Order: sequence, then structure tokens, then C-alpha cells
Amino acid sequence: MNSKAADRVATGVFVAIAIVIVTILVGLFFYIFVNGFKYISFDFLTSPSSNVRAGGGIRDQLFNSFYILFLTMLITVPIGVGGGIYMAEYAKPGKVTDLIRTCIEVLSSLPSIVIGMFGLLIFVNTTGWGYTIIGGALALTIFNLPTMVRTTEDAIRAVPRDLKEASLALGVTHWHTIKTIILPAAFPSILTGAILAAGRVFGEAAALLFTAGLSTPRLDYMNLNPFSEQSPLNIFRPAETLAVHIWSVNTQGLIPDVNEVASGSSAVLVLSVLVFNLLARWIGSLIHKRVTATK
Amino acid sequence: MAIQTLTRDIFDVKDLNLWYGDHHALKNIDFPIQKKEVTAMIGPSGCGKSTFLKTLNLMNKMIPNVKITGEVNFDGDNILNPKTDLVELRKRVGMVFQKGNPFPQSIYDNVAYGPRIHGVKKKTHLDEIVTKALIDVALWDEVKDRLHAPALGLSGGQQQRLCIARALATKPEVLLMDEPTSALDPISTLKIEELILELKEKYTIVIVTHNMQQAARVSDKTAFFLMGELIEVDLTPNIFSMPKDTRTEDYITGRFG
Repeated sequence: MNSKAADRVATGVFVAIAIVIVTILVGLFFYIFVNGFKYISFDFLTSPSSNVRAGGGIRDQLFNSFYILFLTMLITVPIGVGGGIYMAEYAKPGKVTDLIRTCIEVLSSLPSIVIGMFGLLIFVNTTGWGYTIIGGALALTIFNLPTMVRTTEDAIRAVPRDLKEASLALGVTHWHTIKTIILPAAFPSILTGAILAAGRVFGEAAALLFTAGLSTPRLDYMNLNPFSEQSPLNIFRPAETLAVHIWSVNTQGLIPDVNEVASGSSAVLVLSVLVFNLLARWIGSLIHKRVTATK
Repeated sequence: MAIQTLTRDIFDVKDLNLWYGDHHALKNIDFPIQKKEVTAMIGPSGCGKSTFLKTLNLMNKMIPNVKITGEVNFDGDNILNPKTDLVELRKRVGMVFQKGNPFPQSIYDNVAYGPRIHGVKKKTHLDEIVTKALIDVALWDEVKDRLHAPALGLSGGQQQRLCIARALATKPEVLLMDEPTSALDPISTLKIEELILELKEKYTIVIVTHNMQQAARVSDKTAFFLMGELIEVDLTPNIFSMPKDTRTEDYITGRFG
């Protein structure tokens, strides 16, 4: 086969692969939305779930998902970015650094159910908190931290070296160079890493089963005192997220409308991830344009 | 006479040796550099001229496993002393790199970056510094209407002049230039060379170049490096018309390198 023909075949193969991927994705979305959209209503989104009767909603689960996401990112992003900066800028090449990197890689490949069991041991039993939002958020942090460190490190390493040299040569300190030149340049990639991590938080069920629990107390959304039992903001209350809810109604639901709730919840979950993704990217690009002066 | 020469030396390098790991990159360099002169360094690739340049503002301290011995006296202080304040040194010894490397920010912010970090807060003062630096590099007329446009939108030659303006904005005494025109077209190169001739009124300039005509056009003194050794340094006309060392002669007549 001559090289022109080989080139055409290669192009064909890659186009075919792309078509397969897009078809699967579109099919999946189509299936979820067609099955789920008809059950989404204002009532479904704003009423609490029911354990036995039909017609329960997902208000608390939806709120819990976003709240756990918020807390997880609040812990993960600063620590993860800090770790990434250390690995890329401060860690001296050598055995210790290699060991740290191996640990991070192992940690990132841990099955989430194992992290859930670990969370149960530490954040639920050892601390004596029981099932809590903060326990769930910490378990998810363990789950996401390695990815966050890794993406930040890669993002920083990808910043052209001459930018860093230019700044240092102006008599700017290392830390200031990181803050004003390197991090802004690495920002888009770090943001992508954070969005991927956030997507994992939305979808994660296994790590939350034993840490944030399968139930939500009766919540009063007017109660904003974070120390109150009924307050949605209380981080020491159990909280069932949307992903966990889907799993639990499917496996142990007693309600007659299991299919409706599960399909509706799935559609809402996918939609939430999508909206969050687009929103984060839009805000990110606004910030990036502001720093780089590109209008 | 000897005392007068001494006070005119801004850098006085004595017995400088530098190793990258096992590689002996600079060997026993003695090299005084005089104030408000343009000193050009020529030599084949890998001869150590860039390494020498980066020793003057200690940029090569960034490289792992580098070892430097000897003395590099800048304005009377040996900067190889571990107590040297790198921030202060690099404020006084600015650097321009081979390839224009503006920050992905606006033109204004690029020039204002150094002064801002070194404590200039007032907008009017910053405006003044930025304007002056851009006028100094003859870029003002080309960019005055778009100071807040991204610097990466400029042409290669403009980017390089912007980088020179950025280096000037911190008010250095010395400007180190590492092959500043090697990535530029002939017209931009000419502009930078004219700029160098103007800047030497106020600054001491040390320039590494691959282009011997460039060294002849812009420099007062020329130093020839070979295999990590400083072979010869003299007034530029002397180097190009009657070099003392045969190796220098071989190089400038194009017999090797």
C-alpha cells in the first residue's frame, strides 16, 4: 500500500472513531433526556423526596449535591493547586519527589468505594461525627486531590520557561513570579482540571454512601443558622446527594414511582453537570480575558 | 591612570570558573566590563558566551547542579557571595532574551510589571515610566493608541523592543542582551541596533551575538570566547582588523565555527 492510500485509510479510521464516539454520546443524552424530561417539573424540583408514597421530589438531593460540590471544591482547589505548585516549582528532582509522585498516582487510581470505606473509618467513626456533609466532602477531597495536584503541576510545567525567566530577570521574587505570571498563564488548564474534578463530585455515589449517608433530615430552607439541625447549611448533618439518591431508589426504593424518580433525577443530574460546566468555562474565560487583556 | 580605569569598571570578573555538573563551561575568565560601553561577546555555539552573560545577573543559578567559583564584582561587591540579594541585583542588571518573551498581558502591563512589583503604586508615576520606556525604545508612536491591547498581538520586532522597554522600566544600570536579534528580520534587527547605540548613552550594555557584523556595528569592545575560555578582548576595531590571537583571526575570517 502506498503512503497516500495509507493516509486516506488513517483519516477514514479516525473519522469513523469520532463518529462512533459522537453517536454513543448523542444516543446516551437522547435516552436520558427523552426518558427523564417528562418527569421534570417545578414540583419535582422543589418538593422533598418521599420514602413510601408516589410523587416525591428531589429538592434536598439537588441542594445537597451542589452544597457538597461547593465544600469539596473549597477544600480541594487550594490544597490541590498548592500541591501542584510545590511539585512543579519547588520539589527538587530526586527520590523523595519521585516517591511523592508515585503516591499521588496510586491515590488517584484508588477505587472510590475504597475511599468510601476509608472515609467511614476516619470521618464517620474515628471522629464520631456520624454521616455528615463534611465527611462526604473530605472523602471526595481525597478522591479528587491527586487529579487536582497532577493537573496543576502539568499546567504549570506547560507555561513557557521564558516567561518565568523574563520575570525573574526583572528582579521579581519566585513567589511573585508564580502569582503574577505562572498561575495566570496556567489558569485555563487548571480550570479544566477543576471542572473535571467537579464533574466527578456530581457523579460520585460510592464514596458518599458511607460518609454523607443515605438520608437527609427535614430541612427548613429559611433557617440559615449553620449550627441548627434543620438548616440546609449545617455541615454536620447527613446528606443524600442526587447520584446517591438515584442509586438508592433503584436498589431499595419502596416508592411506586421508582422509574419516574430515577429517570427524572438522572436527567437533572446530567443537566446540572452540563450547566455547571458551561458556567464555569464562561466565568473562567471572562477572568482569563481580563488578565491577558484580550477582549 | 590605573585608578581611573578601576572606577570605570562596572563589572570586574576575576578567575571565574563555572561547571554544569561535570562539564567545565567557563574556564578562568578575567574580564573587566566598562561603564556605558557596549561590550559584544562572539564565539561559536557552546563556547560559553551566553553562560558568561547569565552569570552577570546570576540567572544560571536556576539551573540545577551549577557550580561557580571566582569573583564577579559588580560595582565593588562580589555577587557570587551567597548573601547577594538577587532581587536587587536583577533590578540593577536587566536582561533581554533571544526571543521576545512578553507576558500574556497588555502592552502597558508588560512595561509596568517591574516597577509595580518594586513598589511604584501611583498611576501618574507608572504612566510616566511606561511612556518614557516606550519612547526610549522607539515603540511609543507605534503603540500609543493601543496601550491596553495584548502584547502578543505585536510583531516579533515590536515584541522584542517591548521586552527591552520592560527591562528599562526598572531603571537598570546594565542591560544584558542574549542574541536579541537572532529571531528577527533585517529591518527589525536594524532598529534594535540603532536602539543599542542610543541606549549606550545611559546604560552599560553587554550583548551576545552570533552575527559578527552586528558586533562590529554596535560594540565598543569585543570579546572572543572559545571552548569556555576568553581568548581575547579588545577594542572592536582592533579585534576585527588585527586580532592578537590566531584563533580569533581564524574565527572572524570564517575559517571555522
